[in-house]
Amino acid sequence: MDKRKEELIFQGLMIASALIVMGSLVFVLAVVVLKGLPALNLAMLIQAPKGGYYLGGEGGILNAITGSLCLAGGATVLALLLSLPIALFLQMYSGKSRFSEFARLSLDVLWGVPSILYGAFGFTIMVFLGVRASLLGGVMALTLLELPIMSRAMEEVISMVPFELKESAYALGATRLETAMSVVVRQSLPGILTAILLAFGRGIGDAASVLFTAGYTDSLPSSLFRPVASLPLAVFFQLATPFPEVQQRAYASALVLTIIVLLISLGCRLVAGRFTAHVIR
Amino acid sequence: MLTRSLKDRLASRLMFLVTFSSSLIVFLMALGLYARARPIFSAKPLGELIFSSSWHPMKGEFGFYPFILGTLWVTALAMIISIPLSLLTAIYLTEYASARVRGVVKPLIDLLAGIPSVVYGLWGVLAVVPLIRDYVAPLMGRSLGFIPVFSAENLTGYSVLAGSIVLALMVFPIIISVAGEVFRSVPDGLREASLALGATRWQMVKHVVMRKALPGVVAAIVLGFSRAFGETMAVLMVVGNVAMIPSSIFDPAYPLTALIANNYGEMMSIPLYDSALLGAGLFLLLMVLCFNIMARIILRRVLGERG
Amino acid sequence: MANPHISVHNLNVFYGDHHALKDLTVEIPERQITAIIGPSGCGKTTFLKCLNRLVELLEGTKISGQVLVHGLDIYRPDVDVTEVRKKIGLLSQRPYPLPMSIYDNVAFGPRLNGLKGRQELDRIVEDHLRAAGLWDEVEDRLHAPASRLSAGQQQRLCLARGLAVEPEVLLGDEPTSALDPISAQHIEGRLLDLKENYTIVIVTHILRQARRLADYVIFLYLGELVEHGPAADFFNYPKEARTQAYIRGEF
Repeated sequence: MDKRKEELIFQGLMIASALIVMGSLVFVLAVVVLKGLPALNLAMLIQAPKGGYYLGGEGGILNAITGSLCLAGGATVLALLLSLPIALFLQMYSGKSRFSEFARLSLDVLWGVPSILYGAFGFTIMVFLGVRASLLGGVMALTLLELPIMSRAMEEVISMVPFELKESAYALGATRLETAMSVVVRQSLPGILTAILLAFGRGIGDAASVLFTAGYTDSLPSSLFRPVASLPLAVFFQLATPFPEVQQRAYASALVLTIIVLLISLGCRLVAGRFTAHVIR
Repeated sequence: MLTRSLKDRLASRLMFLVTFSSSLIVFLMALGLYARARPIFSAKPLGELIFSSSWHPMKGEFGFYPFILGTLWVTALAMIISIPLSLLTAIYLTEYASARVRGVVKPLIDLLAGIPSVVYGLWGVLAVVPLIRDYVAPLMGRSLGFIPVFSAENLTGYSVLAGSIVLALMVFPIIISVAGEVFRSVPDGLREASLALGATRWQMVKHVVMRKALPGVVAAIVLGFSRAFGETMAVLMVVGNVAMIPSSIFDPAYPLTALIANNYGEMMSIPLYDSALLGAGLFLLLMVLCFNIMARIILRRVLGERG
Repeated sequence: MANPHISVHNLNVFYGDHHALKDLTVEIPERQITAIIGPSGCGKTTFLKCLNRLVELLEGTKISGQVLVHGLDIYRPDVDVTEVRKKIGLLSQRPYPLPMSIYDNVAFGPRLNGLKGRQELDRIVEDHLRAAGLWDEVEDRLHAPASRLSAGQQQRLCLARGLAVEPEVLLGDEPTSALDPISAQHIEGRLLDLKENYTIVIVTHILRQARRLADYVIFLYLGELVEHGPAADFFNYPKEARTQAYIRGEF
């Protein structure tokens, strides 16, 4: 085929593909907004469902909103406590040893594990320990989900700290720990914050891992050992009902969830620009 | 009073412990699932579990064949849809698009990656399923219906196709971003050399970039496949959840992930049910592990340290 | 040499298979500026970094031999490496201010060593910023981020930072090569003032800089010690053929 024709055809195909991919995003967002916006009002946001989430009419999705914030918040904090040491260790202490290659591969593989398996694994542990579906169980499962995401993102940022910067600190007599805390973390702060936001966003939207482990309920989160509602499950459980008022709650939950994810995405971009006052180029 | 070097050594030990235990999580998961799944493997021969179509847990029959095929149908079709679209988009972004276009498109693709699966599921139920039921299936049924894979009988819209479309959207960002990284790692010198010989851009891409990037692209596809393989919620909401072997893309199906998610409630009451479901989970884990390890190893070699 | 500050005996450094420093034995005089010269890639920076044990930070490096500072071998296994680095400071080629304020940069070292008193730290920061010739330019914005300074100012900040830990020796790895001529002049002036109180060792590939600054010269070529001696003797009566060729600018 004439090479110029081939060029034009493929250029056309490429642009078409990009438009299709982008168009589907727009399509998804449009549906969520079109269905969710009418359902979203103040009452929806500040009340919990009354009379049984699956059957009852009145009330809103406050149970799911607060539940999700507790679940994802708790999991993000736990994941942070684990991920930062892991990222610092792999970058500053372990270097290119075989152990760090193994650890990285293992965490990368963990990254790809389907979230339902975190739920299934969490469930088997809970059965073993005699614990019921609860906020605690959900937090544990979500922590497993967020850990590889956060540690991978953090390690990538930390690896970009120039060697000479660390060397400057060592030259002043600093230990590795002191250099890690005073220099490396500060220099990578924007990236670390982005990693936290990313993991939080992923965690708050996940349904499969909390399906078995966190349960569901009408009430607001009250204790670590009681089931807790979540926005993704609010969508899942309430979508398929015959009651339109309940469906409204599903649409509202989906919109709230999507807005949260959008805000996080924006937040990541802002953070990348903001906290760079002290960062050395 | 802890001296500075003592603090440093303590911290180093602690960090090692955290890293070491975290790298064991995957193995612990496999072990845990295996421990719970063992009963079913000793109760039933592996051949029957894989190839039997008879799924009646209450009678103690656990034939996974329909579910395995359900997973395969949905995943394969999702890949057929997404691979060309993703690769073309990735090539466009890395080789053709201006920085401004990239600056607009990249955040959108990241957004696509961030949307929760239940939201995709919702979209699937509200938009895709009706579209298939009311437009796509009748249209295809009339024109291509003589080909069995497109035959459209018993139409609810909840189908393999619906599941695949939703999955394809979730797979796009993975293939686009990983393939993009792989393309960017091809040295510019190679591009310049072939352009200097009079190749058009597309010829350069086809013969040089793609060839050099092939292992990485394969790895990107494998990662996407792995994601589709393991996705649960979005597929569950649109695929129909009927335990039959699909013969057309408009038939409903019941992937393994949906099976596990739907039945965890009754798991504990029927003997061997929990073991069977967790066995399916173990199977999923091992498959995903294989895919991921393969892909990561290839990517490490192609991209250097950060694969 | 009567009382060398640093004595190096049979120093060998391997990067993997590459023999970077070959059996170096040399001495460095106290309270003088010693210049290490030679063409690029000949081990000057490697040698410098052996003196404060920064060379071992790179993976795959093997070091053997002795480096005696006032008689004590810094490579002995029981030596605390952070103490060594406190005593022997380094000024790098490109300035790398730490990601914090100007004040915190200078106070970093003293704080590591336990100094907490606000007044004491204030005094230390001012003293060393003056010694580096930067005080006048920054005294009204001590808490601004260090990243906002110009390259020349950053390098002086790194000098102040290095001096604040009160080292005995100051190492400089081509400390002016990344700076504009005026800033470079500034730094050279500082070094000449500082040699009253510190032993200074700088690596330079600019012969004229060595002529300007050095009291003692060490010439390395391909990892080997070719010639060394007091500056006047070295530049006016070089003994080795390679030295003569290098001084004439032949390579």
